[in-house]
Amino acid sequence: MKKLFTRNALITLILMAVSFVLVEVLIQANIITAYYQITLATICINIIMAVSLNLVTGFTGQFSLGHAGFMSIGAYTCGIITVANPTVGGFLTGIVMGAVLAALAGIIIGIPTLRLKGDYLAIATLGFAEIIRIIVQTLDITGGAAGLNGVPKFTNWPWFWFFTVLTIILVNNFIHSSHGRACIAIREDEIAAEAMGINTTKYKVMAFAVGAFFAGIGGALYASTFFFLKPATFGFLKSIDYLVIVVLGGMGSITGSVVAGIFLAVVNTVLAEFTAVRMIIYAALLVVVMIFRPQGLMGSKEITFKLLQKKPQSNKQE
Amino acid sequence: MEQLMQQIVNGISLGSIYALIALGYTMVYGIIKLINFAHGDIYMIGAYTGFAVVTYTNLGFFPALIIAMIACSALGVVTEKVAYKPLRSASRIAVLITAIGVSLLMEYVMMFFVTADVRSYPDVLSNASFEIGGVIIKMQQIYILITTVPLMVFLQYIVHRTKVGKAMRAVSIDRDAAELMGIKVDQTISYTFAIGSALAGAAGVLVGIYYNSINPLMGIMPGLKAFVAAVLGGIGSIPGAMIGGMSIGVIENMVSGYGGSLIKDAVVFAILIIVLLVKPSGILGKNTREKV
Repeated sequence: MKKLFTRNALITLILMAVSFVLVEVLIQANIITAYYQITLATICINIIMAVSLNLVTGFTGQFSLGHAGFMSIGAYTCGIITVANPTVGGFLTGIVMGAVLAALAGIIIGIPTLRLKGDYLAIATLGFAEIIRIIVQTLDITGGAAGLNGVPKFTNWPWFWFFTVLTIILVNNFIHSSHGRACIAIREDEIAAEAMGINTTKYKVMAFAVGAFFAGIGGALYASTFFFLKPATFGFLKSIDYLVIVVLGGMGSITGSVVAGIFLAVVNTVLAEFTAVRMIIYAALLVVVMIFRPQGLMGSKEITFKLLQKKPQSNKQE
Repeated sequence: MEQLMQQIVNGISLGSIYALIALGYTMVYGIIKLINFAHGDIYMIGAYTGFAVVTYTNLGFFPALIIAMIACSALGVVTEKVAYKPLRSASRIAVLITAIGVSLLMEYVMMFFVTADVRSYPDVLSNASFEIGGVIIKMQQIYILITTVPLMVFLQYIVHRTKVGKAMRAVSIDRDAAELMGIKVDQTISYTFAIGSALAGAAGVLVGIYYNSINPLMGIMPGLKAFVAAVLGGIGSIPGAMIGGMSIGVIENMVSGYGGSLIKDAVVFAILIIVLLVKPSGILGKNTREKV
């Protein structure tokens, strides 16, 4: 980590630039049509949401069923701000405010609930997400149950690319910092971590807040892309959608979340007309993956460039 | 005062249904420490089974109830064998995710077959109602009580007076020790699922008749609320589930009766969070200490 431009960092940078240019060219050449741009948007939102949920559930081991709640905070904040101020500046303010408010909610919810463990925590986060949804439904500023209509559209591929890459890099750096190692220690054994002097509550709340922050960004992008928000969108099933991605990709694998996020967005597009079938496949995937490979497809492994090099170095991530 | 009494009467009939569902949660949690997310969907399938029986065979209310209960208990046992048993030694989060998966699977397989349309239950019970001191009591509410109360009494009998019940209690206290004493753990778990699911099936039929509408996603909310009821009463405790179910039913009716019908679900979840934070063991639960 001492050298800023190691070989891997350079390869990563080049790959990111290539992915950006490639997709941009495909869009300009109209190979990715407007219809598939929605898939592209879904892919990016999936990745942002799944990577941030993975930080909470996969790396810190705190099982959260309320990720859509934070997403809705980001979405509504950005929606309300951009409706009032439909400029690029307003959109940026909306994203930042949405993310900050979601992170604040994450702290407020996290401090009391993160004392709970495992399934109790899951239910408590679910309860909070439902409470957020019901509050949104009763407020006037959010349009109530009818929803918020006419959010101006600012998102396009450069925006999506920027925020997706930002999320992946920041979460990745967080995990490889001392904070991230503390989080992983908590996942492995909370009591042992506490005995080693890790302030478990602090790091759990921190992971929760960071996760909520990026969920807020994901929500803001969602608002601007789909221009119509209603409280029911961010219900329990939405949280499950992202949980499926994290579980499928592997709890504790960022690249796993990215791959699974892309895969499920494509599956979604292909099965767009068959909602019931799509959900049956989702559900069956969850059960089958859990029975045969409970650690997820990638486990906690990452796809790294070191894998591609001939001399295998010590490439343990944890 | 009359309105208060009215809300209490309505609350008790709704609450006894929650209690029936909560019993299944609490029994399964007590024995394998799993929040069986699919429990609410078994309740939904019970409602559809009852609907099918009443609509296509012209049998009355009680045969429909019993057929739904049998179908649900079979489904519960199969679910346990197929989805949960292979994960007996896996982490609790893995089992919980599986339970969520099973729940979604049931909802959308049902949706695939019966479509997402809301269906209305035929009138199998009389719609009559009578008034006592200004409080209106529907015949359906009486039927709910004469179905749920005997079922709960019967459950208490099974758990405390029979060999199966003894085995259940033993497994829930210490599975390994119970196995060493010659109790067939797998069989006992199957019995637990069978009984819990049968109660959920009965609840499904009752709700179908009481609210007169069913749909494939109807199980999510009552399932979650029944879970809240189980936590409120003390998870793992059977009388606790009954008390919790009744309380949630009455509270929910109070909130919506006094003008808060929009926020009644939020109130239920707020209760859950308060209980989890203040007294996670619930009203009748025992405190467990964490060991390294």
